[in-house]
Amino acid sequence: MAIPTGAVVVALALFGLFCAFQGKNPFAVFAAINKAAFGSWYSFQNTLVRAAPLMLTALCTALPARLGLVIIGNEGALVVGGLSATAAGLACATAPVAVVISVMTLAGMVGGGLWITVCGALYYQRGVNETISSLLMNYIAIAVLNHLVNGPMRDPSSLNKPSSFPIPDDKMLPAMGDSNVHYGLVFGLVACVIAWALMEHATFGFKVRMIGGNIRAARMSGLPVARLGLITCFLAGAAAGIAGMIEVAAVHGRANESLAAGYGYAGILVAFVARYRGLPIILVATLLGGILASGGILQRQFKLPDATILVFQGLVFLVILFSDSLYGKFKFFKEREA
Amino acid sequence: MTSESIGWWGVVLGILAGAVRGGTPFLLVSLGECLTEKSGKINLGLEGTLLMGAMSAYAVSYKTGSPWAGVAAAGATGALMGALHALLVSRPKVNDIAAGIAMLIFGTGCAFFLSKPYIQPSAPQLPAVALGGWSQVAQVQAALRISPLFFLGVAVAFALQWFFRATRWGMHVRAVGDSPAAARAMGISVGRTRFLAIMAGSALGGIGGAHLTLFYPGAWTEAISSGQGLMAVALVIFARWNPVQCLWASLLFGGAQAVGPSLQAVGISTGYYLWNASPYILTLLVMVLTCSRKRTLVGAPGALGSPS
Repeated sequence: MAIPTGAVVVALALFGLFCAFQGKNPFAVFAAINKAAFGSWYSFQNTLVRAAPLMLTALCTALPARLGLVIIGNEGALVVGGLSATAAGLACATAPVAVVISVMTLAGMVGGGLWITVCGALYYQRGVNETISSLLMNYIAIAVLNHLVNGPMRDPSSLNKPSSFPIPDDKMLPAMGDSNVHYGLVFGLVACVIAWALMEHATFGFKVRMIGGNIRAARMSGLPVARLGLITCFLAGAAAGIAGMIEVAAVHGRANESLAAGYGYAGILVAFVARYRGLPIILVATLLGGILASGGILQRQFKLPDATILVFQGLVFLVILFSDSLYGKFKFFKEREA
Repeated sequence: MTSESIGWWGVVLGILAGAVRGGTPFLLVSLGECLTEKSGKINLGLEGTLLMGAMSAYAVSYKTGSPWAGVAAAGATGALMGALHALLVSRPKVNDIAAGIAMLIFGTGCAFFLSKPYIQPSAPQLPAVALGGWSQVAQVQAALRISPLFFLGVAVAFALQWFFRATRWGMHVRAVGDSPAAARAMGISVGRTRFLAIMAGSALGGIGGAHLTLFYPGAWTEAISSGQGLMAVALVIFARWNPVQCLWASLLFGGAQAVGPSLQAVGISTGYYLWNASPYILTLLVMVLTCSRKRTLVGAPGALGSPS
């Protein structure tokens, strides 16, 4: 843990310098972020609401990464998952709420799952670079979203922001107890725990890690490399698809361009910092959720544009990457082999 | 609508004009990526570089009043981003792709952050080279107003071709990309060659960004690049790492981008949003058709993407 923690500290210091360069007191900025993210139960709820989709989109990068595939189509899978969930939810909107939510979840999983499976299939069939194909599919997904909410799925009453017809209020994913946190958080937590159990403690995960470790050895020992790869891609996409579903069913209530809010891209960073493991993803997603939640404060109080958060994400990413090359350099930092 | 006077020819003309106008950033970025990949490293972060180039070109052109200073600034910013990427990937255990994603997010973030003051004002634009004086038709004249950076791109394409084939340095770059060990044995510094190739490639990417803000579309918006830097990476594979073929591929992609808007100009707006996806779908198709699991691609640098 020493190196990732150190890297985050260095990234924070660099971000502080960046703020100072912009003429803002970095300590005041940090204090504001902390207050807006974790300062009170009210603000922490806000953080958790943002952490839920991050946990799910992070899995979209984390699961295939264990196979050695770099998939960054999280945003696209989220959008497609949200769209399919909306379509399915509207189709059965008269059913009881539990049925509607289950159908939406399934539809989101299938939509997002198939979307990423395409990238996997292109890789295993044709050797198409999965990073580039999944990233291109993000743009295609957003074009499909725009096409559908401006055309076939459009609610004529949505004038300023073309949207689909809304999911009825009483069929939406409710908040837990008397808090503001919706049940999407449970989906995120459960998915991360399942991913952790599956990848670290089940035969399936062992096979996947074997492929990631040495694909030739895996082939020699008779593992169905492509099939395992496609299943993993499906699970990855399904996780991001659920993120799209909860954004529709718990937050927006309808499909529109707000779906592509950057949770997919932030999820890449979460997966990366958490070293692609299920349980650390929960922690990292909560931290980043807090930082996302503080974006509004930074804008109002410090007049820092919302891209500040993106700069910070990029800095963390760069520093962590750089820190990778330090492994094994110092005895002090020697880590146990995972 | 003036375009109705020439009817369906307007669509064809629109696509052809778009091929040159929209193809220019593709051309410059793909040439940059081509140079980078020839040295054996992949730079997925050119999308971020493109945005940084676009932003700095616009800002400097606005501040100084000279669009050419903007182009120079874009090139310099690109080179700086390239230096950062090169520094990262030269470290042991750092994967090119991960570094690319990091640079993509970082570059995008910085460009969006620093561009806030430049959304409103309009910066001086690059002068167009008008080749349409012979025609009486306004649309033809408009279509033949060509960006000076397009000519720069064409020149660089042929120059790079010559550079790789006939110069000592070009051979060094190819040697480093094909077999770093052999290059090292020849006494070539692998690290320095890659550093310079990545930096020069990123500078080209930055200049590609200058075309976006200083010629077409000619203003700064956050959606200005929308993946063009990434498509350029696929385009290089399609062009088989050949600079002159990058030129033809860029024109094809630029044309694909212009299909939707050209159809809309003659009043066909069905599927307008889907047409927006056409360059991405084209890129995917091109990759599906040109890639193969069985063999290495002809022209691919031997050590591409492998840890040094």
